[in-house]
Amino acid sequence: MCFPYFPIKTPPHLLCTCHPCSFLPYTNPPFPPFLPSHTRPSIPSPCFALKSPSFSPMATVSPTPLLKDELDIVIPTIRNLDFLEMWRPFFQPYHLIIVQDGDPTKTIKVPEGFDYELYNRNDINRILGPKASCISFKDSACRCFGYMVSKKKYIYTIDDDCFVAKDPSGKDINALEQHIQNLLSPSTPFFFNTLYDPYRSGADFVRGYPFSLREGVPTAVSHGLWLNIPDYDAPTQLVKPLERNTRYVDAIMTIPKGTLFPMCGMNLAFNRELIGPAMYFGLMGDGQPIGRYDDMWAGWCTKVICDHLGWGVKTGLPYIWHSKASNPFVNLKKEYKGIYWQEELIPFFQSVALPKDCTTVQKCYIEISKQVKAKLGKVDDYFNKLADAMVTWIEAWDELNPSGDISAKIPNGASK
Amino acid sequence: MSLAIKDDEVDIVIGALRSDLTIFMNEWRPMFSRFHLIIVKDPDLKEELKIPEGFNLDVYGKPDIDQVVGSSTSILFSGYSCRYFGYLVSRKKYIISVDDDCLPARDPKGFLVDAVAQHISNLTNPATPFFFNTLYDPYAEGADFVRGYPFSLRGGVKCALSCGLWLNLADHDAPTQALKARQRNSRYVDAVMTVPAGSLIPISGINIAFEREAVGPALVPALKLAGEGKCRWETMEDIWSGLCVKVVCDHLGLGVKTGLPYIWRTDRGDPIASLKKEWEGVKLMEEVIPFFQSVRLPREATTVEECIVEVANAVKERLGSMDPVFARAAKAMLDWIKLWQSVGSSSSRSSAV
Repeated sequence: MCFPYFPIKTPPHLLCTCHPCSFLPYTNPPFPPFLPSHTRPSIPSPCFALKSPSFSPMATVSPTPLLKDELDIVIPTIRNLDFLEMWRPFFQPYHLIIVQDGDPTKTIKVPEGFDYELYNRNDINRILGPKASCISFKDSACRCFGYMVSKKKYIYTIDDDCFVAKDPSGKDINALEQHIQNLLSPSTPFFFNTLYDPYRSGADFVRGYPFSLREGVPTAVSHGLWLNIPDYDAPTQLVKPLERNTRYVDAIMTIPKGTLFPMCGMNLAFNRELIGPAMYFGLMGDGQPIGRYDDMWAGWCTKVICDHLGWGVKTGLPYIWHSKASNPFVNLKKEYKGIYWQEELIPFFQSVALPKDCTTVQKCYIEISKQVKAKLGKVDDYFNKLADAMVTWIEAWDELNPSGDISAKIPNGASK
Repeated sequence: MSLAIKDDEVDIVIGALRSDLTIFMNEWRPMFSRFHLIIVKDPDLKEELKIPEGFNLDVYGKPDIDQVVGSSTSILFSGYSCRYFGYLVSRKKYIISVDDDCLPARDPKGFLVDAVAQHISNLTNPATPFFFNTLYDPYAEGADFVRGYPFSLRGGVKCALSCGLWLNLADHDAPTQALKARQRNSRYVDAVMTVPAGSLIPISGINIAFEREAVGPALVPALKLAGEGKCRWETMEDIWSGLCVKVVCDHLGLGVKTGLPYIWRTDRGDPIASLKKEWEGVKLMEEVIPFFQSVRLPREATTVEECIVEVANAVKERLGSMDPVFARAAKAMLDWIKLWQSVGSSSSRSSAV
């Protein structure tokens, strides 16, 4: 068998490394002459650049890298960390950042054998000074402090009532490994692949998918899902208190550009170097009129910025087992305003236009905060405060993460 | 699943590219036999069709096509596009169409998948194109909208098109299938989801269903490759048609779903041989996708027919000079709309043509 002239650049995932083929396609053709270089508004120009892939196609036999020195696990907690015992086989190689919410005089016991740093409210106040006002109190939104103080490239965040789930074959799911695979393989936000993640073993792009889009873009966020207690809002919980999510959907997909989604912080990983500054979880909890919208807020800001900067957001696998249903009446009190406000928020985020000169995440974020003040300030004064807090967050982020100095040390909380 | 529709609201349209449909029809009998079928024979197929007994069906061949549309326009309906003739003459509200080399699939529990019932469920439950639900279809049993999903969007919109998937031989293009010769799709993804508004998707004609009354004219038999052949690898007509439908649905606020049901696609054809022909289609996509991504329909286009005419004019204007296949596609789209207006009908009558 031999190939005719293969005029289109071979996408890396088609480079046949596991098949005993007697041929390989011509791998580094010159810029294809029939693909015009004129305006192509929706296809990003980096796709045409000839570069060697920085990722391996998942169809090959190479294992997922552990990334143990490049990833921090951020866990907000107010209770205890007993759940870590179940995660030990998967989490123990990694550094943990525990953000202790609530009463700082309480001691949170971390199971033996984990490498961690722990921050309580006193630490947050000490490290950020007046800027600590942007970090929520009495709400798991405080976890974003952990993102800010981390020095790693990737973050995985998980709630303390989330446990290891089993796949349909009964095998324990290594959620962290799946998130790493998701983050290390490209996203495809410009055209929907009907077979979902084309980089997964056993899958590929379908007929009709343009080759120039098959390299994909960097993945900034990997949004995982939950079996057992689903992430419903309070009204839905009240109506369906017994509903459990038992459907294992064996797919990962890129959320298309221009589409918003409700991002849940229970089982979430992201490339902190790419999108970290956008992952501000807002002003929630004590002293605030709203709760349970922290991750939503971060998700909408993040998606708008990712769309603007050409990065991808994936959703789907991995699943974790969500064990605890929070009290729906308590939830209703927290969410009540959010349920009304989101009717304004969604159109707002759908229409945010970021100017071309917003070329960094911080610039995009500051721009969004201006538009929040201008357009949402009239919905409620809370949004004026939130817009200010967004600016404070970026200032704090930049102070703790001066560019080019990712190894800078800051005073730690109590650590092992 | 909501099965609020009556059996006589559905037509199952099969384009016959092979003459012996015995196995196909018998395997699908449990799912098809309740419904009326329209079988359209590829005008290029010389042999007589072999169809088993026991179905309520109408068969159309080249003479019928010539008679209804005239021999000058009948060129629209050759090869895989023969099924569009079935869409044209149907008088039912819903149409379900699968390729004649596909059989019912089995789900992970081993049960036969009733693709017809799943498509009907997809079409009769709302779609949610304006905000992505992370638990996929919120109307499915055991699922719902997640926290953060605006309540005002939970009513959804009408679902006009349901795109199913394929186990075994997935719908890859020839280069991909040739390189991964032994790859077969064995992953059963148990989800239906709405394709977000503004996002385009390659809609495969192998396993689709739609509400004819809502979007019938938008499924256009227009993009005919110069070397179009009798394998799906050698066509792009359904991809083009699907892009038209999606653009029109986005403009009119209708939904498109993708995911379940799966069907089993049998091994057929030689992707290496098809490579030569399908290069044309693969190359064209590089122009086609940016074009559809940037098409803007005017507010005044409020019907499907008006939208398709707008798209056709845009094709002629912006793509016509790039490749003659586009100029022909634009003309075919306009011819199709004329045909739809004269022969097709938006009203449902229980008798077939």
